[in-house]
Amino acid sequence: MANDTGHVEPKKPFLIVWGFLLALTALETILAYQPLALKVMLVLLMTISLVKAGLIISYFMHLRYERHSLAWTLMPALIFVISMMFVVFPDSVRLYLMRPK
Amino acid sequence: MATEDTMGTLRTPAQQDVWSGGVSPYAVVPKKLGMWLFIVSDAITFSALIVAYAFVRVASPEWPRPFAFVPSILNATVMTFILLSSSITVVMAVRAAKMDARSATAKWLAATMLGGILFDVLHIHEWQGLIGEGVRLSKNPWGAPMFGASFFTLTGLHMTHVTVGVLYLAVIAWGFSKRKYTAEDVEVSGLYWHFVDLVWMFLFPLIYLLSAKTA
Repeated sequence: MANDTGHVEPKKPFLIVWGFLLALTALETILAYQPLALKVMLVLLMTISLVKAGLIISYFMHLRYERHSLAWTLMPALIFVISMMFVVFPDSVRLYLMRPK
Repeated sequence: MATEDTMGTLRTPAQQDVWSGGVSPYAVVPKKLGMWLFIVSDAITFSALIVAYAFVRVASPEWPRPFAFVPSILNATVMTFILLSSSITVVMAVRAAKMDARSATAKWLAATMLGGILFDVLHIHEWQGLIGEGVRLSKNPWGAPMFGASFFTLTGLHMTHVTVGVLYLAVIAWGFSKRKYTAEDVEVSGLYWHFVDLVWMFLFPLIYLLSAKTA
């Protein structure tokens, strides 16, 4: 990535992203108090969090402007490993359903 | 006809494809790639702990929802705003560093550190409140015993990352103003700081919002 000290990067895109992040956070807090089923709430909150994470990674961490091979090396591996962890959840449901009453 | 590669080594055309070695395939300096790889590994660590928390929560019949809007959810939302603002200040610091504006860089890094310290102060105060109410690693007055363990482990590890980040930024700020460190070093420290913010983006809804006292 070019590190030219002569070029002035504009501030505005960053400030816009920051504004979105604050707004999405407020949205999440408001959402938490709506009468929704826990699973629905979880999916909505996680979707918003993933959007926030995407904004931070792409713009603040600059990954959007790096060479694509960097993003392709890092992100799929991370998503794959996290997905593999989900295999334990059927067992947690079993523990809940078969708990001694 | 030999030309220089990104590392400044003279190479023939046959040697210049990026996978021949001696060049940087991702077009980043090694320390930046190193930080990205560390960030991915740390993200996996936090993910494992979050999945463990989710597992225990799904398996438990009586998970506490003790966080009232005042003070807990409000406090956590303010902490989130502080961390997000510290991310914009570190972005400004990296921008200033690339323009070689040394005093501006130091000021923006100081603002970032202040955000981190404020976050830690609010967090410790919250911890003291919860401990005062009887929440421990092994029990709490409200429900499933694992609430305390998952809460303190996740937020504690995150808080440790924030604290280490503040110290890291302090060293970078000092070194950059002494012309010992470069704009790249500032950028790499910025990447770490954004990662710490990123983790909180998930901890805030999963730990606080999903345990908000809504009734």
